[in-house]
Order: sequence, then C-alpha cells, then structure tokens
Amino acid sequence: MLTFTCPYCGVTACETELSPGGEAHLKRFGPGSSDEQFEEYLFLRPNVKGVHFERWRHAMGCGKWFLAARDTATLEVFGTYSAQTTEPPADIIAAIRAKRPDWSLT
Amino acid sequence: MRRYSAFAIAREAARHHLGWERAWRSPAPKARYDVIIVGAGGHGLATAYYLGKNHGIRNVAVIEKGWLGGGNTGRNTTIIRSNYLQDPSAAIYEKARSLYETMSQDLNYNVMFSPRGVMMLAQTQHEIRGYQRTAHANALQGVATEFISPRRVKELCPIINIDGPRYPVLGALWQARGGTARHDAVAWGYARACSDMGMDIIQQTEVTGIRREGGRVVGVDTTKGTIGCGKLGIVVAGHSGVMAERAGFRLPIESVALQALVSEPIKPVMDVVVMANTVHGYMSQSDKGEMVIGGGADGFNNYTQRGSFHHVEETVRALVETFPIISRLKMLRWWGGIVDMTGDRSPIISKTPVEGVFVNCGWGTGGFKAIPGSGWAMAELMAKGHSPLAEEFSMTRFREGKFIDESVAAGVAH
Repeated sequence: MLTFTCPYCGVTACETELSPGGEAHLKRFGPGSSDEQFEEYLFLRPNVKGVHFERWRHAMGCGKWFLAARDTATLEVFGTYSAQTTEPPADIIAAIRAKRPDWSLT
Repeated sequence: MRRYSAFAIAREAARHHLGWERAWRSPAPKARYDVIIVGAGGHGLATAYYLGKNHGIRNVAVIEKGWLGGGNTGRNTTIIRSNYLQDPSAAIYEKARSLYETMSQDLNYNVMFSPRGVMMLAQTQHEIRGYQRTAHANALQGVATEFISPRRVKELCPIINIDGPRYPVLGALWQARGGTARHDAVAWGYARACSDMGMDIIQQTEVTGIRREGGRVVGVDTTKGTIGCGKLGIVVAGHSGVMAERAGFRLPIESVALQALVSEPIKPVMDVVVMANTVHGYMSQSDKGEMVIGGGADGFNNYTQRGSFHHVEETVRALVETFPIISRLKMLRWWGGIVDMTGDRSPIISKTPVEGVFVNCGWGTGGFKAIPGSGWAMAELMAKGHSPLAEEFSMTRFREGKFIDESVAAGVAH
C-alpha cells in the first residue's frame, strides 16, 4: 500500500486516506487556445513508466491537495511537496537522482 | 495443421498421445514482413488472424515481449457482453459477441464460449433509469437485452440477496446471449490459426524502437535484431503509451491496475454472470467451480500488475451483502493487469501521425469481450485504410470533442 507524508499537516497517510488526482504540473490553456492545445491539456499524458509527478488530495485528513514523485513501475515514493509550485523542487529531484542516477527531468 | 476432433482424440489415445503437433510454430524472425503486429494478446492475434482470413495478408509477424496471452488476455474475468449505450460501442461489441458464438468452429479450437447470460444489477434509482435507457437503446441497435424485475433476478440467480439494506436489487439489465469464454483458449486458438496460415509468432522478443523514414514506418528494432515492415500495428494495451513514445507521438491514455481474484472451487451455485456496478464488483462461477470476482480499477498510474488490498476488501465487502453465501469462502488467487484508460473510456482503433502505423488500444477494463470485433475492425483498417466499425474510434476524436462517452453512460469504468 502506498504511503505519503502530507506536506501541509505532516501526517503520514496511506492510500485509503488519500485521493489520486492524476499528473502534476499540467500546462493549462484558456479561452482562445487552439484545439491542439486543449487536447494536450485535457487528454494527452506522457503516462510515464518510471518517475511520475502527480497530484494527491489528503481527502480523509486535512483536505489539501499536494504533489508527489513516485515510480509507476515500482510504486516507490520519492517524496511529497507543496502544490503551490510549477516544477518539482530541488530536494525532490535530488532524492530521485540518489535512487535513479540515470533519470533526468524532461 | 491437423484438425482437432473427437476422432483425433481417439486416434491419439490409441498411441499414447505421442502424435499431437505443436499448436503453433516458434520461428526465428525473417528480415521483413508486410505487416508486423506488436503484442500477441487476444487483440493482436485476432488482428493478425482477420488480416489473413478476411484480407489475404499472410506475410505477417506477431511480436511479443513476454509470452503469448500473458498480459491482460490471461488476467481478465472472461465476461462477454454487448449491452452498451452508444451506437459505435454497441456495433463493435455486438460484432465481437456474435463472432464468439462461432469461434470454436471457426478456429477449430474449443474456446468454451458459454452464453449463460449476463445481468447488470440496478441497485439505485439512478441505475434503474440508466439501464432502462440502455435497454431501449439496445432495442434500436439490434442488441437483445431487456430490463428485468427483482423477482426475475432472484429466479435467474437464487443466491442473490435482493433486499439487502445497503444495496437492494431493484432490477437488472439482462443480456441472455452474453456469457463467458476460456480466455487462454481464445489467444491459443487464434495463435494456432495464424501459425497455420504461415504467420510467425515471435515470443520473448521486445520491440525497442520503431524505424521511420520520411514520416513512414520502415521497420522495428527488437531484442532479436531489426525487422523490416510495410505496416505496423501497435496492440499492446497497458504499454501503448510507451510504444507510442517510441513511434514519436502521444496517446490520450493512462495506465492503471485492475485486479481480480478467484475463490476456492465449490459446487455449482450460479449459472449466470452478475455485475454490480454501484459497488464495483462482478462475479461468475468458472467451470472448475471457482467464484471469479472482479473489482474496480486503482485511480493512480501504475505499471506493476499488482492489485491493492483495500480494493479487494471494498469489492468483497460489497459482494458479501449481495451474495451472503460467499462470506466464508477462501480466496485462492489474486492478480492485477495494467489497463489502458482513455478519457471517454472507449477504445482507440486508429491511424496515427506516422504513416503505416496503426494503433489499437484503450480497451481499459473491458477488452476481453471485444477481442474478435476489435481484431476484425483493426485488420480492415490496416488492410483497406478505413473500417466502418472503427470509424468513430479514431484517436482524433479527443481533439474534435466527438467522444463515445461510455463512462458517463455506465456511471463507472467498465
């Protein structure tokens, strides 16, 4: 079972206490964007087999959305961080690199 | 190929079963094929089979990373039905269901298709309205279904508790010609028929790259060397995104784990398939007597082919109320498969931005029932460039907003 530490309330919660919210750091498009951009934003996902940045909500706890780095092929969680970011913070990237030396942020 | 028959069993019995041929050859890959199919699951093998049978294209290789039928084809709950709401879905699933009826004769391989009937329980007022609507839609589509009363549900499946306090049974959508089939046999039967047509099934070989020249596919790199091809079909379910990336495009697909489990074998207690979508559980009894139970999919991206324990608990907890008889059953096996989910929960059978590359994926949690219809449509698309059955399932529908929205229609993944 997956366990994450909520970066807001500090509680270490298992999967049943959380709701998954899909890929993190999506580039949003608004009115006036092209069909291709909307398709990209709404549907196209890299669907990575490996290190994946994703959204979770501490639904049965503090209720806040947070972000996490997790390996979709092994279910290993590298860390969690605030949702108020547009890219993964340096300490999360360092934690991933420590375990996946070949990995790079694309 | 020697045909299987009652006479063949008698003949082989008389000589200690030493004369059986291998069901399919395991050849080394040739330098080039007209068509390469990546993925020797049900959908990939069915595509190859109908390419040969319907379109006379027999210089075909089916390349498989693991072993034949070892992915979702061997990991599902074997349910076959076609009671969908939207017209394009009903057309392709009904085509598949009707092909299942004659598959054993067609392939000369017993796939044990058992049209025992499938009922989808209505356990909320919302579901009653939804299934009545589906029954009306099916009548217009020429799919034989009916909405039945709780009393009829009880007659068809006496072990159901229809007045549970939390999940009462208020009716059901009943498809009498739905049922189950032996999932491994479907893959094996197609593989044997493909091999007999001269096609090469190449197992234990991973496709690691897709070679393109001028926007057109020319071959694939594999762990057994480079193989040339005229056309390429990607039929790899959960790993579709990984293969698409190798071909240089993206798919509106996310991969998640779906799990199932079977109980210890017991004497026959139910001869229909029951699906309960409100509680995300479905159950049937296999010919060996095991209760085959399927549950809901995980909500997060996952490639591990493992289920999560709390989903099993949720599914079984809900089913125990509807089927009190199973409360003391021990569970025998439990497994997961990686399913490829699209935004509208309908599949993709489509051309791609790379000329000569076709993709068949996105069957999500309900691909087994579609295998023959999916292969039929994909083969037609690859051979002729268009297929009436596949037309609405193009990958461009997401950009155009032309969804085939079965997730809204069913209220759940299916």
